[in-house]
Amino acid sequence: MVTNATSFSRSGLSDWIIQRFSAVILAAYTLFILAVLGATPELDYESWRAVFSNNPVRLFSIISLFALCGHTWVGMWTVGTDYLTGRQLGGNGTFIRLIYQSFCVLLIAVYLLWGIQIFWGS
Amino acid sequence: MADAVTLSVDCAHKYIPYATVCYHVKDTRPVNLDLTTFKFPLPAITSILHRISGVALFFGIGVVLYLLQLSLESEAGFEQVTELFRATPAKLVVWLILTGLLYHLIAGIKHLLMDWGLGESREGALRGAQVTLILSLAATVLSWGMIW
Repeated sequence: MVTNATSFSRSGLSDWIIQRFSAVILAAYTLFILAVLGATPELDYESWRAVFSNNPVRLFSIISLFALCGHTWVGMWTVGTDYLTGRQLGGNGTFIRLIYQSFCVLLIAVYLLWGIQIFWGS
Repeated sequence: MADAVTLSVDCAHKYIPYATVCYHVKDTRPVNLDLTTFKFPLPAITSILHRISGVALFFGIGVVLYLLQLSLESEAGFEQVTELFRATPAKLVVWLILTGLLYHLIAGIKHLLMDWGLGESREGALRGAQVTLILSLAATVLSWGMIW
């Protein structure tokens, strides 16, 4: 079995499962938010805030946030290891990919902490 | 196969780890990796759009989190977001994000169905790609109507 030091779970099969599992959670959350928006055409601040201060919704939001982080990492990793390679970019490919992956990790960390702050605080 | 090609490229660039074996024999094989000369079938186009929308959404999340935070922060913040949504540039950005999200969602559901074993034949893959594009087009128009 080939393992890769930068893959999410060091295993392609686990990455595959994480991507699918998180996809289902994110699909459910997306449909939920769209349903909320669709059900209340004249949305005001109080009702909008009430949606996110509800405890089950808060839980759903934060679980979806974690799913989002796993999902984006596996996705961005896959794209990076497909296109930012030695074959496509020459000798600097691995270095460029490492910079790209570091940027992705940092942005995902920002999204995670920022998102927790939003959902926990609301 | 891929390893052999990669190795030969590495050899050409002289980035050769001491333990790497160079398969010079493989260098003479005709390899067409020029993507511009490929004819892409419909499932390939829906697949690459899935990737492009995914990468775009990665950055769109920042915009969504910003708007969400502002709208939940205070009454004034909520009004600010409502005000923003009246202007065309913000509408366009939100519409693009929504379009990307709905496309990624629909293509993702197709992907999961194919993982399940549905529509894996040549015809099935084509039909799946067609349905994905039609549903996405409908979702794009719907989200346009929702925002404007």
